[in-house]
Amino acid sequence: MTQKNEDAGVAYWKANLSLLKLCLAIWFFCSYVLGIFFVDAMNTMSLGGYPLGFWFAQQGSIYIFLFLIVFYSIRMGQIDRKFGMDEEE
Amino acid sequence: MDLHDLTFLVVGATFAVYIGIAIWARAGSTKEFYVAGGGIKSWQNGMATGADWMSAASFISMAGLIAFKGYDASVYLMGWTGGYVLLAMLLAPYLRKFGKFTVPEFIGDRFYSQGARLTAVGCLITASITYVIGQMKGIGVAFSRFLEVDFTTGLFIGMGIVFIYAVLGGMKGITYTQIAQYVVLIFAYTVPAIFISLNLTDSVLPQIGLGSAMNDGSGTFMLDRLNQTVTDLGFASYTIQQGSTMNMFMLTLSLMIGTAGLPHVIVRFFTVPKVADARSSAGWALFFIALLYTTAPAVGAMARYNLTTTIQNGEVGVVEANIEYAERPQWFKNWEKTGLLKFEDKNGDGRIQYYNDKNKEFAAKAEAEWGWKGNEMVKIDRDIMVLANPEIAQLPNWVIALVAAGGLAAALSTAAGLLLAISSSISHDLLKSVFMPNISEKSELMAGRVAMSGAILVAGYLGMNPPGFAAQVVALAFGLAASSIFPALMMGIFYKRSNNIGAVAGMLVGILSTLIYIFMYKGWFFVPGTASLPDNPANWFLGISPGSFGALGALLNFVTNYVVSNMTAPPPEHIQQLVEDIRIPRGSGEATGH
Repeated sequence: MTQKNEDAGVAYWKANLSLLKLCLAIWFFCSYVLGIFFVDAMNTMSLGGYPLGFWFAQQGSIYIFLFLIVFYSIRMGQIDRKFGMDEEE
Repeated sequence: MDLHDLTFLVVGATFAVYIGIAIWARAGSTKEFYVAGGGIKSWQNGMATGADWMSAASFISMAGLIAFKGYDASVYLMGWTGGYVLLAMLLAPYLRKFGKFTVPEFIGDRFYSQGARLTAVGCLITASITYVIGQMKGIGVAFSRFLEVDFTTGLFIGMGIVFIYAVLGGMKGITYTQIAQYVVLIFAYTVPAIFISLNLTDSVLPQIGLGSAMNDGSGTFMLDRLNQTVTDLGFASYTIQQGSTMNMFMLTLSLMIGTAGLPHVIVRFFTVPKVADARSSAGWALFFIALLYTTAPAVGAMARYNLTTTIQNGEVGVVEANIEYAERPQWFKNWEKTGLLKFEDKNGDGRIQYYNDKNKEFAAKAEAEWGWKGNEMVKIDRDIMVLANPEIAQLPNWVIALVAAGGLAAALSTAAGLLLAISSSISHDLLKSVFMPNISEKSELMAGRVAMSGAILVAGYLGMNPPGFAAQVVALAFGLAASSIFPALMMGIFYKRSNNIGAVAGMLVGILSTLIYIFMYKGWFFVPGTASLPDNPANWFLGISPGSFGALGALLNFVTNYVVSNMTAPPPEHIQQLVEDIRIPRGSGEATGH
């Protein structure tokens, strides 16, 4: 590997890791923080007939997980191309 | 046509479809079998992963646990979906880039050691067998109801069918069969849910119905009504947490990382055409899984409501409000035959009193004021709720038949997939690669079948007296996968310094600590009556249940791997290069053979 490629590799990996951190922070927040740790406080609010904490634990977190994977997948595709790491067709 | 014949017809028709597809799309070669053809689209792979993934635990058992545990059962919902986030971001793309077919192969290569590969095989088999025990419980429930026999007979018949199903070559991993199974399964799950949602509320979507007002003109929300109904009978409130926060956190985490560490799910991502497809396949898989998982809370809550109000159909304390045993509905009689539902007339009034007699205050009041002498529904197996649900709600017979077909599809597809994972790790990863390199293809196949039969017998025997409801047993399997496979894979990808000794030590510490902790409370090797300590929160270490220990086991695994790796020689240059290489998608190529 040439020096230039190696630098691109390091930068690419950094970009990947920071995207990972962001996604995993949201992952942790919507399920553990809103759905478990602060569920009682969240339950004082409601979404239709759902207590809000209960909704996050049984519905909301699943929707957010799905959104996160889609978001990650699209962003990673952009990062792959930006650093020239994408797969050749 | 009566229900019995209709059920046979629907189940028979769905099986005919699976077999038909299997014959039509028969794999031509071993490689074709593994990669299921390069032309599989991400969404198709996602759908097939959904069928593989959603087992008796998801289909039959989970909503039943939700029905009786309410909010506390959220751990299963979050745990079994949140793991896909980890899978999509931390494992799938890198394992796909690595480009081999099995998890032990990756571990063996990355940690340049047969020892690591063997350890991985051992962990994989332990987790898979535990998983199959849970499936066997679900299969026993489904067959006992379907054939109207008792649970043990149902289990034996189920074992026979699983054996034929798993051994029949064409049914194994063919993506198109699994797509068909997914369609049957999701249809069978959501149709009754929609019916019931429309019965109780005005919403077509159960996800909305659960948060809507009842349609009886009262304007009361569904969940408020349910809370009222159950607390009136002395039960705990449905939407409020009962267990400890610590244990919920640990169990959810354990299920999430276990999901990302289960071999039969990971394997699916080895076989997509490109790295980018591995990421999007995980998204599609979660989309198809979420259709069932977001419906399950409504199924659970509405089943609990219908069950309770069928037995207690008016104000608590009024004599006529308790249904007479002689007038019990047909579904009640059917489930009594399986032995999974039991009634005992404790106060001899010929009526059924179903309430929480463990609630001392309420039980005393019930006895003094109404002459109730204890809860008379002495057994309601949680695992019957989903199958009984459409009957309880008095839905048309074809819906009930459809649910039976869906439950069987879920249980059989996953059990067969797991048994194949077990048999291939024994015949391929153990015998062929390590102990008997010269074994002929024929003997390899034979060894696989013997291993599979052994696994069915062990799992069937332990499934007769399982250490919990199907979903709970499956949760133990996730704990084992979480404590062993996931940390090894993650360290292999994200920590270049991790070496062979560190990985083996980590996996051993992780799985042994978790296994011993589980055996202490659930019985040694799950043999009933051999537990060292009673299985209740007072005896648990730091209040962590055996099912939740996997998260702690994983932590021990990570720490051991890190410390031992740093105390011993770093991995050789070509391994560090390998890690660099799997981190970038470019040059992925096709997955290659063994």
